[in-house]
Amino acid sequence: MEAVLFFIAAIGALGGALAVIALRNPFYSVLALIIHLFSLAVLFLLLTAAFVAAAQVVVYAGAVMVLYVFVVAYVGGGTESAWEPIPGQRLLAPLLGVALFVELAVAVLSSSLLALGHDGPHVNPGFGDPAAIGYLLLERFLVPFEASSMLLMLAAVGAIVLASRNREKETAP
Amino acid sequence: MSIEWYVVLSSLLFATGAMGILLRRSPVVILLCLELMLNAGNLALVAFSRMVGNQQGQIFALVVMVIAACEVVVGLGLIVAIFRRKLPLDIDELRELRG
Repeated sequence: MEAVLFFIAAIGALGGALAVIALRNPFYSVLALIIHLFSLAVLFLLLTAAFVAAAQVVVYAGAVMVLYVFVVAYVGGGTESAWEPIPGQRLLAPLLGVALFVELAVAVLSSSLLALGHDGPHVNPGFGDPAAIGYLLLERFLVPFEASSMLLMLAAVGAIVLASRNREKETAP
Repeated sequence: MSIEWYVVLSSLLFATGAMGILLRRSPVVILLCLELMLNAGNLALVAFSRMVGNQQGQIFALVVMVIAACEVVVGLGLIVAIFRRKLPLDIDELRELRG
């Protein structure tokens, strides 16, 4: 059962990722990324990370993807030009991607981590649920938690400054 | 399923994202490919946290999610600013810093 779910989710994640880079229209790429993110949430559930899976669906598929859809609708999903500035880019890029995968796979499979070949240790039913993660976030990792909230606020302010209309009038050529 | 499968899948997704960044020229799609790479990293972090049997890797994955959200917000703000100035949305045309 677990293996079947894993393979379905893995095919969904991989198919979504390939569709993101293969589809010409950016709008369809965003939709493919949503499929990818849902499949990843299933994989997180299989790894007993319930809270991370829920955050993945709510934060990514809910909020971030809506932002992407709005920006693609605003900018307009123009198709890319076929002009190739670097000769052979179409050929070299997949080659480099495959080389990167082979390198990572060799690094993983030839590592001396014996635990990699097992299912992982037996864990309690509460492993990775919101209570456990919330306890860790607010007790042990309070400083990183606050730092990341500060970073989010700074990013929001930066985006407002970047995309505001008034500033454009002052510096317009 | 052994943890190996998850880690190999995560490296496959990471390589796919890197390939997309090398191939595509639209800044929006490049941001999407960055998301792919960050999510592959997240999958590896959660898989290793399951392997070790403690939850700190999941906290790390949540922090990576926050970083990804920040990167998306700033990147999309940049794209909107580029679009407002009527510059071409193509990273090969946008190779000069001077506006």
